[in-house]
Amino acid sequence: MEIVEDSHKTTNLEHPHVADPVHVSKTATVSRESRETIGDIFVDDPRISCRDVNVYYGEKQAIKNISLDIGKNEVIAMIGPSGCGKSTFLRCLNRMNDTIIGCRVTGDINMDGQNINSKKIDVVPLRAQVSMVFQKPNPFPKSIWENVAFGPRIHGLANNKAELDEIVVTSLKKAGLWEEVKDRLDQPGTGLSGGQQQRLCIARTIAVGPEVILMDEPCSALDPIATARVEDLIDELREQYTIAIVTHSMQQAARVSQRTAYFHLGDLIEVGETNQIFTNPRHQLTEDYITGRFG
Amino acid sequence: MNNPQANADQDNTPVRRRSIDIVQAGLSKRYAAEKRFQLYGKLAITMGLLFLVLLFTSIISKGYSAFVQTFVHLDVQLDASRLDPDGNRDPKVLARADYGGLVKSTLRDMFPAVTGRSDKRELYSLVSNGAAYQLRDMVMKNPDLIGSKVSLWVPASSEVDMLMKGRVDRKAKEGDRQLKDKQIAWIDSMAKEGRIEKRFNTVLFTAGDSRDPELAGIGGAAMGSIYTLLVTLILSFPIGVAAAVYLEEFAPRNRWTDLIEVNINNLAAVPSIVFGLLGLAVFINFFGMPRSAPVVGGLVLTLMTLPTIIIASRAALKSVPPSIREAALGVGASPMQTIIYHVLPLSMPGMLTGTIIGMAQALGETAPLLMIGMVAFIVDIPQGIFDPSTVLPVQIYLWADSPERAFVERTSAAIMILLGFLILMNALAVVLRKRFERRW
Repeated sequence: MEIVEDSHKTTNLEHPHVADPVHVSKTATVSRESRETIGDIFVDDPRISCRDVNVYYGEKQAIKNISLDIGKNEVIAMIGPSGCGKSTFLRCLNRMNDTIIGCRVTGDINMDGQNINSKKIDVVPLRAQVSMVFQKPNPFPKSIWENVAFGPRIHGLANNKAELDEIVVTSLKKAGLWEEVKDRLDQPGTGLSGGQQQRLCIARTIAVGPEVILMDEPCSALDPIATARVEDLIDELREQYTIAIVTHSMQQAARVSQRTAYFHLGDLIEVGETNQIFTNPRHQLTEDYITGRFG
Repeated sequence: MNNPQANADQDNTPVRRRSIDIVQAGLSKRYAAEKRFQLYGKLAITMGLLFLVLLFTSIISKGYSAFVQTFVHLDVQLDASRLDPDGNRDPKVLARADYGGLVKSTLRDMFPAVTGRSDKRELYSLVSNGAAYQLRDMVMKNPDLIGSKVSLWVPASSEVDMLMKGRVDRKAKEGDRQLKDKQIAWIDSMAKEGRIEKRFNTVLFTAGDSRDPELAGIGGAAMGSIYTLLVTLILSFPIGVAAAVYLEEFAPRNRWTDLIEVNINNLAAVPSIVFGLLGLAVFINFFGMPRSAPVVGGLVLTLMTLPTIIIASRAALKSVPPSIREAALGVGASPMQTIIYHVLPLSMPGMLTGTIIGMAQALGETAPLLMIGMVAFIVDIPQGIFDPSTVLPVQIYLWADSPERAFVERTSAAIMILLGFLILMNALAVVLRKRFERRW
C-alpha cells in the first residue's frame, strides 16, 4: 500500500511498460491540467510553420489550436497516445485531410511564404513537394519500376525514358532497395516483403523530388530488422530532406529525431529537443506518458 | 451424463457439471440440425438442376431436327426455248423466265402417270417454292448451262420434310393430314430411287425470314441482333463507366446525388417495355428516326442497360482499396490521374463483367423492341444500322406464332442458337474476369 501512495515518486526503472528505461528524474513542473504548449515551439527559419491549426471531423474537434514550427533538414517526431491527433496533424501538412469527407481544417500553415491551407492553392504540386509515406505499405499493384516511375512521369520530371530510368535507379538506391530489386524491376511491387514494400514506398516518395517527407508510423507494420533499416534510411535522408515522423514507439523517436512533439487528446503539450523530452520533460502529462503511466 | 448427486463429496454439496459434458449432451441435436440444413441446400440445388435439365431436354428434343433439311434430287432440262427464246442471253430476259414451269415439267416427267389438275397440283407441292429461285440463280450465274440437263438438290416442301423426320403420323386418317396418301406414295417411290436425302440445313443460318419454313432462316435476325448489340455496346459502355466514375469519385455527397442514386437503382427495375414506349415517343416520333432500325433498338437497349452497368461499375470502383488512392494522391497525382492510372485498371474486371451481363440481358430482350417496330416481317438481311431489321428473340416469337408444323422445330432451334450465344457471352465474362484478376 505504501507503494501506491508514493507511486509518483518512484522512478520508472521498475515499471514494466517502458522496455528501454530512460533515467527520468522527476522534473515536470507544469501540472496535468494545463493545456498550454510549452517548450521550443518556434524555430529560426522554419520549413513549415503552423499557427492556430484546428481540425474538425464533423462536430468533433480533433486538433485544438496547435502552433508548431518544423525546421529545415531536421527530423521531428510526433508522439502521443492513440487518438491524440498526431496523424491528423501530419495529414494537414500536405492537405491529405481533404480526401476525408466532413473534415475541416482551419488556421495557417505557412510554407515558402504561402499559406498552404487556403482554398486558392493547388494541392497537386503541394503533394509533390510535401509527400507522404503511410503506415501500411501500399505499393501500387504494378511493377516495381512502374511504382517508382509513376510520380516523376505524371509531374513531367523526365523528358525521356532514359531520364526516367535514372530517376528510378537513384530513388531505389537512396531508399536502400536497389541491390535487392535491381534484377527484377518488372516484378509486381506487391510481391516484396513488408520491409521491402515500405522502402519501395519511400523510394516512390523520393522519386518526385520532395522537400519535406511526412511519415505516418512507417515502421509499425514491420519487423525489428526492417525497422532498423528504415531508421538508418531516415538518418541518411535527413541531409537532403525535412522529415516529420509520427511514431508510437518512444524508442524510435529517441533514435531518429532531433525534436520531439508530444500530443495529448488534440492538444500539443510539449515540444523540445528529443534528449530533453525524454530525460527532463517539463509537463506532467509528458512525463506520465514517457514513464508509461498511460498510453 | 453426470449425476451431480453421485459425484457429491463428503459433505453432500453437489459438484458442478463440467461444461464439456453439457456440450456433449447437446451435440447430437446440433449435428442433426446441420444435416437437415445441408439436405435443404442439396434439395434446392437438385430441384434447380432438374428444372434446367427439363428445360434443355424439351428444347433440344424439339429443335435438333431443324438442323437437317430434306432435299429432293431433280434432273432439270434447261430448255432454251422456254428460258431464252431469242438466244441473246439477256440477263433481264433470263431473270424473268419461268423457272417454276421447268420444275413442274421435271416433276411431271418423273411421274408420267399423274393426270388431272388437282393431282398435278399435289405433285408440284412436294417440292419447295424455293426450287425455282435456286434454278434461276444457277442459270444467272452460268448462262452457258442453258440447253443442258442440270442435276440439283432442291429443298423439299416443309410437309415432306416433316414426314421424313417422322413428325407426321402416317396412320392417321387422310382427312386429318396435310399430305394425302397419293403424295406419300410418290414420296416413298422417290425415296426408293434415292432421290430424297437429308442434309445439313445451312439455310437456317444464312437466309432471312420467309413464309415457307424450309426457306426460313435466322440470318436476318442474327445480323439485326449483332447490329443492335453493337450500337448498345458502343453507347452504353462509355456512358455507363463515365457516369459511375463521376458519381463515385467526384460528385459531392448531398441530397441531389442521393436522389440520382435512388433513381438509377429504380431504373434498373423498371419493366423493359416502358423503355420501348419511351423509344417510340422520343426517338421515332420526336426525332424521326427510321422505324425498326438497329440504331433505334440500340438506343432503347442502351437506356435499359445503363443502370445495370452504372451499378456494377460503382461497386467495382468502391472495391478498390482506399490505400491505393491515398498512395497515388500522396505522390501528387491529381484525382483524374489517380483514377485513370490506378483505380480504373483495378476496377476493370468488375466493370467488364457488369457490361457483358448487361449485354447478355439486352440480347434476350423482346418487349422494348416490339414497341419500336422490330416485330415486322422482314426478309432482307440488314446491311447497316439504319436498315429495317428484327432481332433473334423477336424472330423466335414470330415463328412461335406461325401455324406451319415445321416452324415448331425451327423455333426450338432458334432458341438453342440464342441460348448458345448467351452461354458464350457469359463464359466470356468469366474468362475476362479471371484473366484480368490474375495479372497482379
